Amino acid sequence: MTTAPLVDVQELVKHFPGERQWLGLGRPRSVVRAVDGVSFAIATGQTLGLVGESGCGKSTVGRTILRLLEPDAGHVSVAGSDVRALDGRELRALRRRMQIVFQDPYGSLNPRMTVRQTLAEPLTIHRLARGPEVGRRITALLEEVGLDSSHERSYAHQLSGGQRQRVGIARALSVEPQFLVLDEPVSALDVSVQAQVLNLLSDLQQRRRLTYLFIAHDLAVVKHIADHVAVMYLGKIVERAPASALYAGPRHPYTTSLLSAVPVPDPRSQRQRIVLSGDVPSPAHPPAGCAFHPRCPHPLKNDRCRTEPPALREVAPGHLAACHFAEQPL
Amino acid sequence: MNVGNWLALGGAVVLALTVVATLRMRVGAGAAGRRFFRHPTAGAGLFVLMFFITIAAAAPLVAPYAPREQLDITRLANHPPSLQFLLGTDPYSRDVWSRLVHGARISLGIGALAMLVAVTTGVVVGGVAGYFRRWVDTALMRLVDVGLAMPRIFILLMAVALWEHLPLAVLVLLIGLTSWFGTSRLVRAEVLSLREREFVAAARALGAEPGRVIFRHVLPNAAAPVIVSAALGIGNVMLLEAGLSFLGLGVPSPIPSWGNMIADSWLKMTVAWWGATFPGLAISLVVMALNAVGDALRDALDPRRGEEGA
Amino acid sequence: MTEPLLRVRDLKTYFVTEHGSGTARAVDGVSFDVLPGETLGIVGESGCGKTVTSLSILRLIPEPPGHIRPGSFIEFAGRNILTLEPRELRAVRGNQIAMIFQEPMTSLNPVFTVGDQIAEAAIVHQHLSRRAARARAIEMLKLVGIPDPQQRVDHYPHQMSGGMRQRVMIAMALVCHPKLLIADEPTTALDVTIQAQILELLERLQAELGMAVMLITHDLGVVAGSADRVVVMYAGQVVEQAATSELFAHALHPYTEGLLASVPRLDAPTALARGRLHGIRGQVPSASAWPDGCRFHPRCPYAWDRCREEEPPLLDAGGAEPGVHTVRCWLLTEPQRRAKSPPP
Repeated sequence: MTTAPLVDVQELVKHFPGERQWLGLGRPRSVVRAVDGVSFAIATGQTLGLVGESGCGKSTVGRTILRLLEPDAGHVSVAGSDVRALDGRELRALRRRMQIVFQDPYGSLNPRMTVRQTLAEPLTIHRLARGPEVGRRITALLEEVGLDSSHERSYAHQLSGGQRQRVGIARALSVEPQFLVLDEPVSALDVSVQAQVLNLLSDLQQRRRLTYLFIAHDLAVVKHIADHVAVMYLGKIVERAPASALYAGPRHPYTTSLLSAVPVPDPRSQRQRIVLSGDVPSPAHPPAGCAFHPRCPHPLKNDRCRTEPPALREVAPGHLAACHFAEQPL
Repeated sequence: MNVGNWLALGGAVVLALTVVATLRMRVGAGAAGRRFFRHPTAGAGLFVLMFFITIAAAAPLVAPYAPREQLDITRLANHPPSLQFLLGTDPYSRDVWSRLVHGARISLGIGALAMLVAVTTGVVVGGVAGYFRRWVDTALMRLVDVGLAMPRIFILLMAVALWEHLPLAVLVLLIGLTSWFGTSRLVRAEVLSLREREFVAAARALGAEPGRVIFRHVLPNAAAPVIVSAALGIGNVMLLEAGLSFLGLGVPSPIPSWGNMIADSWLKMTVAWWGATFPGLAISLVVMALNAVGDALRDALDPRRGEEGA
Repeated sequence: MTEPLLRVRDLKTYFVTEHGSGTARAVDGVSFDVLPGETLGIVGESGCGKTVTSLSILRLIPEPPGHIRPGSFIEFAGRNILTLEPRELRAVRGNQIAMIFQEPMTSLNPVFTVGDQIAEAAIVHQHLSRRAARARAIEMLKLVGIPDPQQRVDHYPHQMSGGMRQRVMIAMALVCHPKLLIADEPTTALDVTIQAQILELLERLQAELGMAVMLITHDLGVVAGSADRVVVMYAGQVVEQAATSELFAHALHPYTEGLLASVPRLDAPTALARGRLHGIRGQVPSASAWPDGCRFHPRCPYAWDRCREEEPPLLDAGGAEPGVHTVRCWLLTEPQRRAKSPPP
């Protein structure tokens, strides 16, 4: 299949300046390289899972692609349009194609707006409906996400976490996007509610032919929903592969450690647990050479790891890893 | 005081009580309302405010005499309180009650309007600074720093001294434009924290322009501290106006304001205490009521208690 | 049969709601034992009452609006916790029973050094001198695996990462070598690689100090790896109790079954893993209005009339010994119904 991917990201960079000198008007003293050259593509109807721990930059990637944060460098195209080149009305039009669902069901809804107002707003902004049509669309949206229309008049604090998350999803769907960034959409939910929402997201993807960027820290959840997986560490992608290949045979020691650290609900499972030493480093002071080397448990780790950052290269068809010893995985 | 005046006064009291009781019933049921009325002084404060607002609005009905009417300069000056002159007369033989009631219009009016000017300016400046940040924020906040350091009284004195016959509207504007600095900082702090909230990001992701984001999403959620600050601020402004008027630099005689009423009568305190005491009491009561209500509002609207749709 | 270290019988903790419109029966008749040296996992989702249970054991429930109902019984090492004098209770807290919480940032005092906070427990309970207590604090930091303990002892919480702060909390809890450690969601707020470190640390310390651990979590994976026995809570009650291997192999309560079916599995082959997750329909009811009969019946795929009318007691599921595997479900009396309905 040679159709162009719906989402194409190349060498995306986002830095955050540290404290500025001169009473806030001078140059910043330090820089946090939150996203440091990230590339990937997502084909229409597919899901890319983006995983990593806190501080790895995955949430920043999601927001930067949508230009909720301004990228510092790199190329982002969604549905054939260059996201960075557009402004004003054109950007607003493009926003219809790409939406986001957030992690925190409590914080992602305006506490002073009813569900109806929340869902009506995008219809108003993009002039998608007027008068009684607005009400019809809202009812249809609520039904699609599994909520009763009686919730229209509720405020956010009157709904449960799962219900709020469904409203957030309905809001994103109201403008009929093609691409959804899902930023840890189920992390704050109870296990049983999480399952409901994951099923909903699967159904919606099939029904509406949606493309997902699924950002999460829970590898088991990502395995359930993703076609491809990219693992991030300190602002860079360290491994990227189709889901089955990644889970069956990870090539980067961080991925292997991450997989072995996830607790599995089976007491008989006799996995070899790799426990990393040290803390997740801060993106303000990344180590030299390979960013993972201070914690890397690979037996072949050597001086090259300390000095030379490994490039993200293909080690098997469609399977990329950034490790000098990717051919001899843990 | 004739029968009509008494009836009107009685009516004002009843109206104030009714309003407070209705509020208690309708709003007092919700969580925020309960938190408000949990303060014992909140209800009393509301009543005092409603009472003064009512009699100020109905001044011609409640006051038997015109505020500037000098009845009999030789025999009726400094007359003690009686049935005819409810609160006595001042050294210029004007009915203190009538002047008090008409003065309420002036003092309360100036307080409210000046605060309106202050709050509007503060919200706009704080909102813009907090939302757009970077150099806009820095520049505006340095301006606020200068404003806060400025001795307000002296600026106002200067303005009054330079202006012959200061119109009331200008006085209101001047007080308002020198009172917004604290509010702007409050608003900026709220906006800074609100703009990071995910529902604001969601609105931007939907394609909302900055104007819509600020007015529909950020500011309504920043309203609580502003309302509280405004309630408390009116008291401050009223005291400021009273002070200026007392010095002869605020509301010009013979227009009655509670401040200049004290100026007119305080020299006769020892022989005719009523002329200065009643306006003073009125100021104290209203400012205390505003503080009580503002305090209770702060508790009622506290966002940390959970976001209520109230 | 070893004497249990902690015995909880029919614990009921209720809260009066603000409106006075009702009582939230957060913990409504919970009974379980903790044996010396074992790890008991308490599993449940939000609103099930597991945190309130743990706070009740140490009597940390704020008295209005909450209260522990008469008829509740909590015995620790032979002593009735609920009738202890305040002085005696203080001697138990931090000394014989210690607790660690979910959010290490808010559980540590930001204005005191880490060393001071660890030493405090030693000073209060063991009456050590300041110098001896400081030495003890350094020892504890080393025990919990914090590098450079001599320097770290003078650091403030904000100078440490989440994982380190959690280790400090563990150090604070273990200073007096308590017999029982209550760990309330100790790893939920941590990254998964740090979580693995902390769980491994707790395992090691438990073996070294011979202490019992009550591990409260919503994560079935954590429980599978760390607990000897598991108690599953729902709607303020214990709904199933069993040895860990038994629970995961033969879960009998429909809620437990539902939970296990809701969790995406890392160990499932990828093709199978992409299928639908069988969740539990509906949502957790409010503590002010538990459903009649069996509290799970509105969400249960097997429910029938009896479930709607009569609340089931904890029934014995048979097993190696009586009382080892108990389930609060009428299906135990009519097991044929399980085959009739499709499994969740």
